[in-house]
Amino acid sequence: MTTIEIDHTSRWFGNVVAVNDVSMTVGPGVTGLLGPNGAGKSTLINMMAGFLAPSTGEVTLDGTRIWRNEAVYKSIGIVPEREGMYDFLTGREFVVANAELHGLGEAAAHKALATVEMQYAQDRKISTYSKGMRQRVKMASALVHDPSVLLLDEPFNGMDPRQRMQLMELLRRMGAEGRTVLFSSHILEEVEQLASHIEVIVAGRHAASGDFRKIRRLMTDRPHRYLVRSSDDRALAAALIADPSTAGIEVDVAEGALRIQAVDFGRFTTLLPRVARENGIRLLTVSPSDESLESVFSYLVAA
Amino acid sequence: MYDPTVARLTYRALLGRRRAAILFVLPVLLVAIAVAVRAFAGADDGVASGVLGGFAIATMVPLIGVIAGTGAIGPEIDDGSIVYLLAKPVRRPTIIFTKLIVAVAVTMLFSALPTFVAGLILNGNGGQIAVAYTIAALVASIAYSALFLLLGTVSRHAVVFGLVYALVWEALFGSLVPGARTLSVQQWSLSVAEKVAGEGQVTSDVGLPLATALLIGVTVVATWYAGQKLRALKLAGEE
Repeated sequence: MTTIEIDHTSRWFGNVVAVNDVSMTVGPGVTGLLGPNGAGKSTLINMMAGFLAPSTGEVTLDGTRIWRNEAVYKSIGIVPEREGMYDFLTGREFVVANAELHGLGEAAAHKALATVEMQYAQDRKISTYSKGMRQRVKMASALVHDPSVLLLDEPFNGMDPRQRMQLMELLRRMGAEGRTVLFSSHILEEVEQLASHIEVIVAGRHAASGDFRKIRRLMTDRPHRYLVRSSDDRALAAALIADPSTAGIEVDVAEGALRIQAVDFGRFTTLLPRVARENGIRLLTVSPSDESLESVFSYLVAA
Repeated sequence: MYDPTVARLTYRALLGRRRAAILFVLPVLLVAIAVAVRAFAGADDGVASGVLGGFAIATMVPLIGVIAGTGAIGPEIDDGSIVYLLAKPVRRPTIIFTKLIVAVAVTMLFSALPTFVAGLILNGNGGQIAVAYTIAALVASIAYSALFLLLGTVSRHAVVFGLVYALVWEALFGSLVPGARTLSVQQWSLSVAEKVAGEGQVTSDVGLPLATALLIGVTVVATWYAGQKLRALKLAGEE
């Protein structure tokens, strides 16, 4: 059993605080590190990978400090987000080199290439690979020494749906085998499909931790704001406010629209079209005004 | 201390990239100059010394040192591929030492060998001039590689700093300010060449004991420090 422990860790770059007093424990199974772009996920992963020193606090692997400790790489496999990867080599040469650096031979490289199903293109230069192929070869290089910990920074970026499914299946398998798999993502649905346990990072702070369903509920149960334009805004407002799923409505005269705050997301989304139809009102615009992930996260931080 | 996989990745990166073209251009230029000079001026010790000292040692060796030394690690740090070396249980000083060996070998191959060939063309090694300058190029290759490998490890602008050192400090300041010549790899290596060549063929502003001590000192300290910097290399600073 391998566990990464982050203990009251902060990291700043000049005046910018990228990670702010974060404590978390990442154990066996698949953990999703979720947060909007620029939240500090990469900084956190880089500290777990030993590529960045914490400004304060400590990051350890089974009690051993990770920073400036080459020995930890016997147990850690890393799939970085950046694309630089010796493009002049073939996929096989690249994975073999990675195996050799672990003191292993070609057999380990072949096994890793088979795991990611890249044997068919292993003799092509990496420079000719698609994004998904590069990602899989990166995976092979990380798996070559059969690590107990796998850290992946935004592994699904730029992958097509089929490649995404394949990689998810592979990570699920790794987690089920008892490995500690941590991946970062800014896409809620990705994390939802793969990780049962998630850690949410917003603006460098640890916003939430635990079972995905609970956090998802927190996110979806928050008040939702909509901007609605219709053929009769006041009649629509009167009909909607009668239902408990609507907490408040403002008639925005300047915009010529209604600003609606809904407290029960599921109920409101069925209520709005029904009420409009029953009252003979045409809906011209229905746009959620705070659906961006950032606002979901901000809500979570405020909660 | 030496890792053959790191060496393989380094020399393939060095010799495979476009910047490697310069590695071939400068030696070809030197040999072409040697042929032209020999054809027009005939075999002359003074002229041979002028060409080898003025172009081979003063310009070509440091430039190739910059390309090989910084190129052995700089591009990997720039594009992030160094992460595949660092995420391994390999000692950082081993990575640096291996890269130094490759950089030295490439610099020697592309600077000392053409220097010798050019020397033979210019005056058929009369007065030991070809051998003396070749030895200077070999010795300078080691110090330049160590120095520029360190620059490549600590700075993203290593090539610029390397060129400034090689061309502005050594060539310009060296010719204007006598004191600057004491702190010049070129003068240290010429001091070694001075011992080999015939009387008065090669001159250096630095005595041999000091030059030897500085050559060894710079190489050892630069390599050690690069290893320390690599141990603490921070790969992320984007966020």
